[in-house]
Amino acid sequence: MKKNIFYLILLLFFTFIFTVFYIGLDKPNFYTPKEVKNKSLEEFTSTELFSNEQFNSKDIIENNKFSLINIWSSWCVPCRLEHSVLMDLSGKTNLNIIGLNYKDKKNNAIKFLNELGNPFSKILMDPDGIISISLGAYGVPETFLLNNKSKVVRKYIGPLTKDDVLEIIKIIK
Amino acid sequence: MIRLIKFILLILFLILSFQKLLMANNNSSTIDKISKNLRCLICQGQSVYDSQSDFALSMKTLIKNKLEEGKSEKQIYDYLKNQYGEWIVYDPEFNKKNLILWIFPLILFIFGGLLIYRKVFIN
Repeated sequence: MKKNIFYLILLLFFTFIFTVFYIGLDKPNFYTPKEVKNKSLEEFTSTELFSNEQFNSKDIIENNKFSLINIWSSWCVPCRLEHSVLMDLSGKTNLNIIGLNYKDKKNNAIKFLNELGNPFSKILMDPDGIISISLGAYGVPETFLLNNKSKVVRKYIGPLTKDDVLEIIKIIK
Repeated sequence: MIRLIKFILLILFLILSFQKLLMANNNSSTIDKISKNLRCLICQGQSVYDSQSDFALSMKTLIKNKLEEGKSEKQIYDYLKNQYGEWIVYDPEFNKKNLILWIFPLILFIFGGLLIYRKVFIN
């Protein structure tokens, strides 16, 4: 009797472990952290790509009801794909779209914009990538929708899709 | 007299330059230490120290800047945890969510000990 109970417990234990691992097989192994909502974005100062003027992020953000910060770079392939979506968004709305040019060469960035269009109201430069890290970004491209208090309303990791644009338009209306 | 002043100045200069070198060395070993305990953002499964991805390199520059600003190791960890969450560190803190993970080995250890005790001393 005692032995039977022991084997039953053993069987249950291994069934449990098998089930856990079996379910785990189907789960994607790329972990994306939870979205950080309602977090204030850290203030930063940076140089504008075209005018070479210094701008403080707070000054640009607080004058608009909503702002979108898009981290991009000319060498990043997904950014190229995303760009048409950003152009579409800037055409449909008058949202304040700020570009954060991540670890890029100025010439390449300008060439990229000449080729694909410029959806940004301002492009701030992040030559060593520190600003992006201080914003809590995971990679390029990445986009933050902010309210005028610099609070993150939505964060999009990876390229923006058409559905994301529809969602953004819905939020800012 | 002038010779003496020159000599003192030379000694001072040497001490200062050595100190700077020592500080730089110290900083770089602290950067290594911190970055070994940080999870790479893009290349998952690697630490920031191992990774050569752009974000990992930026992270190392950020750590260097923070150290130069005089921030302590703990302040840097706290700063990054605030930006990225507990996920960023390889050494998670003890909290309610991971309580079982911390306690389970201890339970197994005690349980195993009891089994051995019973087997050896009681039987």
